[in-house]
Amino acid sequence: MLLEYFSMIDRVVTVTPEAITATSTVPESSPVFEGHFPGHPLVPGVLLIETMAQASGFLLLSRIDFSRMAFLASVKEAKLRSFVAPRAALTIEASLVHDGSGYAVTSARILAEGKRICDAELTFRIMDFPDPKLEQAMRARAVEIGMTPA
Amino acid sequence: MASAFERIADIIAENSEVKRDAITPDSHVINDLGIDSLDFLDIVFAIDKAFGIKVPVEAWTQEVNAGTAPPEKYFVMKNLATRVEELVAAKAA
Repeated sequence: MLLEYFSMIDRVVTVTPEAITATSTVPESSPVFEGHFPGHPLVPGVLLIETMAQASGFLLLSRIDFSRMAFLASVKEAKLRSFVAPRAALTIEASLVHDGSGYAVTSARILAEGKRICDAELTFRIMDFPDPKLEQAMRARAVEIGMTPA
Repeated sequence: MASAFERIADIIAENSEVKRDAITPDSHVINDLGIDSLDFLDIVFAIDKAFGIKVPVEAWTQEVNAGTAPPEKYFVMKNLATRVEELVAAKAA
């Protein structure tokens, strides 16, 4: 996990058409922690939501063989239940709630040491890649985290 | 059971700032009711769930953008209700 690069997922453990499980470890240090918060470093809640969104996004892209991009459109029922500190080992789970026309809805959560620390329902717009570089980057990133895009 | 129009109007009122009594069969979802694209996503999700269908919004939008269908065919309330009824019937067939 590299917070400052929004690289939130370390490894995809399992992925099916309906669900994904990924893991990530919070780094010991990051420029993010210098401000959030001095003397009390915590992963910002918005980055936990981003982590759930990225896991959901990889799930959705895997369903369509990385032919289009998933853009986060809305976050509902987000609950940030516990603080997440440096070195925390996270398990991120996301499942498909609905596959619509040009959009999809997922339910996602993050666990640490078996305890649920946050969850949300996320809606994504599914759109053509606006630039070939983005498609290449997503495919390359998928390989890095253990996926095998078509 | 309530008509498709009534159910869709209820869904719109629940998922946007539009008042239920402002929604008529002749209301254009975007031009008259002012629903933005994000609220429309929520509305379509709610319609998909309520009716057990997948509203083909992308195909409809492509038809409108290509000029092969008038926007009213899909985005005026009474016609939207008809399209939804057709999708429900097609699924049941």
